[in-house]
Amino acid sequence: MSGAIAQQEAAFLSLRRQRRNTTLLGAIIFVVCVLTAGRVSEFYPSSLIAGAPRIGEYFSRIAPALEWSKLFANTQTEGSLAFWMYRLDAWGLLLFETAQMAALATLMGAVVALLLAFPAAKNLGLPAWVNATCRRVLEATRTVPEIVFALIFVWAFGVGALAGILAIALHTAGALGKLFADAMENIEMRPWDGVRASGGSWFQACRYAVLPAALPDLLSYAMLRFEINLRSASVIGFVGAGGIGEELYKVISFNYYEEISAIIVLVILAVVCIDLVSEKLRRRVIEAVS
Amino acid sequence: MINPGGHLLSPAEVAAWRARMPEAFGPTGTARLWRWLGVVAFLAWLTGTLWWFDVSPQRMWNGLNGLGVIVRLMIPPSPGEQWVEILHGLAESLAMAFLGTAIAATIAIPLGFLGARNVATNMLFRFSLRRFFDGMRGVDQLIWALAYVRAVGLGPLAGVLAIATADIAVLAKLYAEAIENAEKKQAEGIAAAGGSPTLVMRFGILPQVAPIMLGHALYFFESNTRSATILGVVGAGGIGLQIAERIRVRHWDEVAFIIILMVLMVMTIDWLSGKLRRRLIGGR
Repeated sequence: MSGAIAQQEAAFLSLRRQRRNTTLLGAIIFVVCVLTAGRVSEFYPSSLIAGAPRIGEYFSRIAPALEWSKLFANTQTEGSLAFWMYRLDAWGLLLFETAQMAALATLMGAVVALLLAFPAAKNLGLPAWVNATCRRVLEATRTVPEIVFALIFVWAFGVGALAGILAIALHTAGALGKLFADAMENIEMRPWDGVRASGGSWFQACRYAVLPAALPDLLSYAMLRFEINLRSASVIGFVGAGGIGEELYKVISFNYYEEISAIIVLVILAVVCIDLVSEKLRRRVIEAVS
Repeated sequence: MINPGGHLLSPAEVAAWRARMPEAFGPTGTARLWRWLGVVAFLAWLTGTLWWFDVSPQRMWNGLNGLGVIVRLMIPPSPGEQWVEILHGLAESLAMAFLGTAIAATIAIPLGFLGARNVATNMLFRFSLRRFFDGMRGVDQLIWALAYVRAVGLGPLAGVLAIATADIAVLAKLYAEAIENAEKKQAEGIAAAGGSPTLVMRFGILPQVAPIMLGHALYFFESNTRSATILGVVGAGGIGLQIAERIRVRHWDEVAFIIILMVLMVMTIDWLSGKLRRRLIGGR
């Protein structure tokens, strides 16, 4: 009896020791990684302590000086909402432009992604090297960040929204293309067999067997991507590629403190509003399509 | 047309059926009208925006020509003279991503507990905390980076702070959801055996949510490795600064080389972190 208990106890202890050792090893590796990373990224406690007051000061200067008593006064009164947002019309227009950039980029990216997704899907009877090539192309365009594309496109297409739209569209094509191809690989294959058996061509089978089955997924992915692209479009102007980002870059560089917070608040509001609307719209579109 | 009985339907019968159930014969008049209106509105929007952004075939053609020249100059990619500098930039990006994620993940744990329904019972407090998390998500890392560069100066420190700040809120939200989804029986058992709230958290909830939290943190590390490569564009350290500099002086072969290295690094990190994540979550 006691022998069995002792055996149990020994097994328990050895298991616990083993788990503790694993945890300890993991913790040591983690600490070494943190220390190395801290060294490489010059994240020293001294520089952090020296920087902390400046960070606090910077963010407190950005914060708008609003006063309760004058909150709804006109643009001339310091401390009012209107004074803080005194260029609301110009910023609103820029935000609208940013949203249009995101929409156009999503559309262009989705069209390219759709065209490349059919050859990239493995179940549609194309040779393996075609699938592999398309997938590699999509992978390459989605791994390179939009900003890098934008930096290059600004040289080729000139400063302005076009460079930003094309940069976001290219990245979107890669990201959506993979999702589209995966969605197409998950469809029911019987309609495809039916269309092919009754003499339909490859293109007809794609149109009448694959597309209707995958459409709800494709639309849902594209609309989610629009929300992501709106965020990207709001910063792509940092490199001169149009939208509210250019204005934001300017006010941050020139230290127009209160305007920074005004623009950021507007961007957040726009993103949150579009997220909400887009979520409702997405549900309705998917219901209507499927 | 053949009906189930086997004889041909006369045109009169077809017309009668069409009158009885018009939907079976394709879209009706109003549906078709709506569809046409949708197409027209879409085309109007498309031409309108294209005109607004000054997109003309001429401009596209010139741009594509310019792009062709750039791509031709990119081949073959070459490291240029500054091998060490490039490698250092890559290491800096990786270090920024790692440290930023580690800081964010650590700070997000207490915030996640505060935001979870089964831990923090004050409705108003929890609701405002959640809304605050949502709002923070709207600010892109690049915006934080630009602001921190102004506050603490050029260099990777600004990048680390930007990554950490941008991720804290999102990670805290994910952690709060993980904590809410945890099995309650273990927590209740510890409370029933006389454990204090701290002990309930440590032994009742934490063992359940730790693998999920680690998994989320690893996902964020992957995505931050991607974003850390571009934070340098606004001066926040890492390889982005070098890419931006080389694009400015138009050394396209070196740009191509750095982009290839960047892609390779991101893929390696994805692969490593995927392996680690499967081990952590699988070995639960």
